[in-house]
Amino acid sequence: MNTRRKITSTFFETLMKLSAFLIVAVLLYILGTILYKGIPSLSWEMISQKPSAGFYMGGGGGILNAIVGSIYLAGGASLFALFFSLPLVIYINNYAKKNGKFVQVIRLIMDVLYGIPSIVYGTFGFVIMLALGWTVSLLAGIITVGIFVFPILVRSMDEVLRTVPPEVNQAAYSLGATRLETSVFVSLRQAMPGILAGFLLSFGRAIGDAASVLFTAGFTDNIPTSLTQPAATLPLSIFFQLGSPFEEVRNRAYAAAVVLTVIILIISILSRLVMKHFSKYIIK
Amino acid sequence: MSEKSIIQVKNLSVSYGNHQVLKNLSIDIPDNKLTAIIGPSGCGKTTLFKTFNRLIDDTDGIKVSGEVLVNGENIYGKDIEITHIRKKMGLLNQRPTPLPMSIFDNVAFGMRLQGLKDKKELAAKVEHYLRLASLWDELKDRLHAPAAALSIGQQQRLCLARGLAVEPEIILGDEPTSALDPISTQHIEQKFKELKEDYTIIMVTHILRQARRLADYIVFMYLGEIIEHGPTDEIFNNPQQKLTQDYVKGVFN
Repeated sequence: MNTRRKITSTFFETLMKLSAFLIVAVLLYILGTILYKGIPSLSWEMISQKPSAGFYMGGGGGILNAIVGSIYLAGGASLFALFFSLPLVIYINNYAKKNGKFVQVIRLIMDVLYGIPSIVYGTFGFVIMLALGWTVSLLAGIITVGIFVFPILVRSMDEVLRTVPPEVNQAAYSLGATRLETSVFVSLRQAMPGILAGFLLSFGRAIGDAASVLFTAGFTDNIPTSLTQPAATLPLSIFFQLGSPFEEVRNRAYAAAVVLTVIILIISILSRLVMKHFSKYIIK
Repeated sequence: MSEKSIIQVKNLSVSYGNHQVLKNLSIDIPDNKLTAIIGPSGCGKTTLFKTFNRLIDDTDGIKVSGEVLVNGENIYGKDIEITHIRKKMGLLNQRPTPLPMSIFDNVAFGMRLQGLKDKKELAAKVEHYLRLASLWDELKDRLHAPAAALSIGQQQRLCLARGLAVEPEIILGDEPTSALDPISTQHIEQKFKELKEDYTIIMVTHILRQARRLADYIVFMYLGEIIEHGPTDEIFNNPQQKLTQDYVKGVFN
């Protein structure tokens, strides 16, 4: 190899390593910051109690309202989105004409929806709520966030269903399975790890988004006991606490961020375990 | 042929866009024999084969005209239930394609679809069909392992067991040994020899020696047409057409 080619490859190799290093460093810096600032304020009281009356002025209590509200909301929204996205992706992959006009249009629409910022979904949800005469509620939040994560879920599930080898579906057909039986028992089974990954992705987006819940789910110090009550969420809880003039309260915002991160970590590890189980069955 | 046969093809044409893949074919496939469809690549043998169980429907932009009769019933007729046609035929692909589930569930899949729920009966039948495919002794201790973990040869025999479990009358093999090692190939060939007593077997192969070893009846295709068909001996030893002669002698491939 001549010197120029050697220098070029060394240069790009260094660049690649540098990028990798930078990404890891940023991630560690973020984690380090929230842990450093949040851990000292993290207490059992904080994750097991609702806020007391003076919580945002440095009073006692915790963010249980936001923890429970966030899990309800993200879980509800992801399930809501799954309920509508599963039939859609099965239809465009196993029923509709492959790469036909209809399928192309659906995929284009999903790409467009994917790019819309969550505040727009929040505003849209708010307008609909006003038209229907609803007030802020867990249900309105679930529907709005559900619509927001719907394209995320559709895109990721579509991606994996497209990779199911046609021969695998044909094998099921040749055993006398209907299209529906093949889709449910075979295609989805084959795509299961990817579907779980998509679900996890949308859960993560749902639990971490503040803009879409601001006008729709509202905020409350109570834990919702029905779908018609407003619900608190962790991102908004962090936002309100960070805006406090009291340092103590601001530090608790970091503790709330730690809680949010830990929830996502737990969900991530759990789904990875389930994914591992299903991956063994995949036909390559 | 005068005797009636399970599969009869009448004036079958298939085109893909402007390209006519099969040109007005007619043939009766003999019952309880092993029929091999041979011919060079692109001659339409796989297409013909796919019309038998209507897997060809899965291809976009395909047009089929003419008739394929299975037990006297035109499977391209209007009121045909496609699942009913397909379960009469067990299919083996070029590359074995087990289903993404356990070994047991693979064999049980078709029987469950047909409504067999009783666990004992299901287990007994799964054992029966795994034995029929000579897999039982190898796999009886890991029936609940993923089918994907089996070797390719085992996977193909599993596909055979799975196909037999829906009690078909016909076995279709699309170059069923082309992805297999010599020993696994032998296994499958041996199975085919045994099974042709009870089933009508149709296989596509590009291996002439395999066709000669296994088949009772040969269909030779070239450029979308059936050039010649007849008993294996006649086709190989005394072909009537010049094209057939050249092909079986290996003059072109």
